[in-house]
Amino acid sequence: MSAHQQPVSAFWWLHQWSYLLFVLRELSSVFVAWFVVYLLMLVSAVSAGQGPYEDFLAWSGQGWVLVLNVVALAFVLLHAVTWFALAPRAIVVPRVPPWVVLVAHYLAWAVLSAGVVWVVLR
Amino acid sequence: MKNTPKTITMQVTRFRPGEDEAPVVQSYEVPLRKEWAVLDGLNHIKDHLDGTLSYRWSCRMGICGSCGMTVNGKPQLSCATFLTDYAPGPVRVEPLRNFPVIRDLVVDISDFMEKLPKVKPWLIHDGEPPEGEFLQTPREMDEYKKYSMCINCMLCYSACPVYALEPEFLGPAAIALGQRYNLDSRDDGAEDRRDVLASAAGVWACTFVGECSTACPKGVDPAGAIQRYKLTAAVSALKDYLLPRGARR
Repeated sequence: MSAHQQPVSAFWWLHQWSYLLFVLRELSSVFVAWFVVYLLMLVSAVSAGQGPYEDFLAWSGQGWVLVLNVVALAFVLLHAVTWFALAPRAIVVPRVPPWVVLVAHYLAWAVLSAGVVWVVLR
Repeated sequence: MKNTPKTITMQVTRFRPGEDEAPVVQSYEVPLRKEWAVLDGLNHIKDHLDGTLSYRWSCRMGICGSCGMTVNGKPQLSCATFLTDYAPGPVRVEPLRNFPVIRDLVVDISDFMEKLPKVKPWLIHDGEPPEGEFLQTPREMDEYKKYSMCINCMLCYSACPVYALEPEFLGPAAIALGQRYNLDSRDDGAEDRRDVLASAAGVWACTFVGECSTACPKGVDPAGAIQRYKLTAAVSALKDYLLPRGARR
């Protein structure tokens, strides 16, 4: 007697919204990596002086780079939000409700972002 | 109920080894009654329409975990899934996904049965057992109670795409049951379970799709158990590198 092995479709991730969201979240890592590369390119341009920095700004202003960065931002936000949603399930602190862990993450994000904005705009 | 149809079509996947090359779908008309679960529909088929239909069931009250099936594409306990929720139908009933099908709706869960003992799902206690009862406070019990509700129904394995793609993955229920004992104040076996739980086929294979917790009919939250153990395993690994042997626990 042989059991029937149920095949797994190559498009299993399209069968359910939650699976698609998961695949998009995994894909978001590529865009996180892109932002790291973009930041390094920016730092490199700044350290090279006014001319290379102006060139970098001009390059960044091109349509396709803008579109890429907007898409990357959307994916990075998805990445961050889904990671933060995971945090209360991974970090279980005795006598601390899960929502406190979640809010603490968003607060830390806001504080760090405010710090970056202050450094850039001062 | 005036306009509610009196019957509903159940499209049941059949696989008769030696007879069917591959699973086929067979349709049955069953009475649509408010109090009937999908399991009642299958029992009606078995008793009145086709006695050759095979499926597992036992308690009819969401305790035994025997009657897990795929109902309209989702893993469900067929005793806790009501036909009226799918009216006017049809209701598609398939075997649980990600397991070999032995016959009709009966799947082979030997893989899970081989994996489960690897996490040592029992109390491991160093030293002498206490005299009389092993006392535990309600707060200590709350630490693991959620994970102890697992009924081994396999819905979480059926919902998990990681298990579908990487069959060596220990899987949601086995890891949640390992955590159930790790978090028990009476247990000293966390170190014994670590090699299995913290392996590549253990928690690190999980990419947190989260569907195991959605599918779980008992609110066990295996995905949460896995993420929580990832943190524990990472901290333990860090301690191994940074702390002297005596200070690691």
